[in-house]
Amino acid sequence: MAEQKKTYRVLIGKPGLDGHDRGAKFIARALRDAGFEVVYTGIRRTPEEIAAAAVQEDVSAVGLSLLSGAHMSLFPAVVKALKNSGAGDIPVLGGGVIPDEDIALLKEAGINAVYTPGTPVDKIIGAFRAACETQKSGRN
Amino acid sequence: MISEQLLRGLREHDPRGIARAISLVEENDPLADEILSSIDDSLVDQAMVLGITGPPGAGKSTLTDRIISKYRSQGSRVGVIAVDPSSPISGGAILGDRIRMMGHALDKDVVVRSMATRGRLGGLCAAAGAAVRILAGSGCSVIIIETVGVGQSEMDIIRLADITALVLAPGLGDDIQAMKAGLLEVADILIVNKADCAGAETLAMDMECIAREGGNKKNTTQVCMTTASEGKGIDELLAAIETVDASHRESGERRTRREKAYDLEVLDWAIEMIKPSIIEKIENLGHARKGAPRLLASKLLGQNNLG
Ligand SMILES: Nc1nc2c(ncn2[C@@H]2O[C@H](COP(=O)(O)OP(=O)(O)OP(=O)(O)O)[C@@H](O)[C@H]2O)c(=O)[nH]1
Ligand SMILES: [Mg+2]
Repeated sequence: MAEQKKTYRVLIGKPGLDGHDRGAKFIARALRDAGFEVVYTGIRRTPEEIAAAAVQEDVSAVGLSLLSGAHMSLFPAVVKALKNSGAGDIPVLGGGVIPDEDIALLKEAGINAVYTPGTPVDKIIGAFRAACETQKSGRN
Repeated sequence: MISEQLLRGLREHDPRGIARAISLVEENDPLADEILSSIDDSLVDQAMVLGITGPPGAGKSTLTDRIISKYRSQGSRVGVIAVDPSSPISGGAILGDRIRMMGHALDKDVVVRSMATRGRLGGLCAAAGAAVRILAGSGCSVIIIETVGVGQSEMDIIRLADITALVLAPGLGDDIQAMKAGLLEVADILIVNKADCAGAETLAMDMECIAREGGNKKNTTQVCMTTASEGKGIDELLAAIETVDASHRESGERRTRREKAYDLEVLDWAIEMIKPSIIEKIENLGHARKGAPRLLASKLLGQNNLG
């Protein structure tokens, strides 16, 4: 059989109340241009809505973007909502204006990776690809 | 073993099982056969498959969201397959239809699945048709396929539907011209959405004329006006859907369409299955890129013992 490149599905969502979706849309487009199928759920979603959508869409990773500063509660809330939906194996990546000291805490809370403005986009895409690969190989 | 688990998941309406099953068909995984052949045919027969197509931005997703609400209030479990094109360059896609349907995200009886076209040769009928079966097998009695009505492959997908609605809106101009060619003929229902916007009345009148034109042999085409963003005109739309469904059942049109759709799915799968080996042969041609491509194609097929 001819070699077929794997197409990964990811979800990009914005939990919480801030309506700035430039960052989320930028990452969504960058991922598309890197060959990902990107389900975009729009702004102001609850962690439970994001988790339910991630399950139905069978994505291999969830990316969250937040500018409101509520990352310490909302990022772990999505991780928890995924667990509650029996999808704790889907990794969550987060982006936003996040102080260094929070990053370590978020990782402890089960966030796969955290990126702040200025991170090269290739690095983020690489992280999504690695997270998807791990998720996919883990479930087969 | 995995398929056993998945099948139980489908029967028990487990969201993960349903999602996983659709992924398997999308990825052409051999397990898909097991799952698809275990699905209760009568569930597939009973489900109503509604195709919603139209130019970008006409309001298809917003309308789908409203239609879901109505069928939910009648107690039906609803499945949605929202198709968006893959980028021909990167192969990636942004699947954004779900944004308008997030109000149903926590309703376990609304199953929304976004699909990219993935540059499939025979259109998307194979994968979308299989997704329809899986959704029906998981208890969805109404299944909506949303697709942008611009290309041939999208037209093909619509042929999977029992009933096709074409969504238009004022101010989309050229798009509508481009669509008049094929889609107006296959549509059972012409929806003029954005009835709150200037030009909707005129567009609706144009559509009425087209629906009554001599060239339209069916002469059963319904025209509806909706303001999806405000939920207006949806009751009338559901009534039109019911009218068309009843008439298709009585005339035998429903059966005919299902049979054609079945054949189309088989053809599409056949193409999907031979494609990889042909691609491999083409890639291995080396320097022999000479002569008429058509001749070479028939040679390759002959070597494949398919000619
Ligand atoms: N004024 C008005 N706007 C509407 C109406 N229905 C939808 N819209 C708006 O039209 C825009 C496009 O709506 P969608 O439902 O995403 O359209 P679509 O046809 O699914 O678009 P694609 O999937 O991108 O092709 C959104 O901003 C909607 O809010 C309506 O009845 N009136
Ligand atoms: Mg849409």
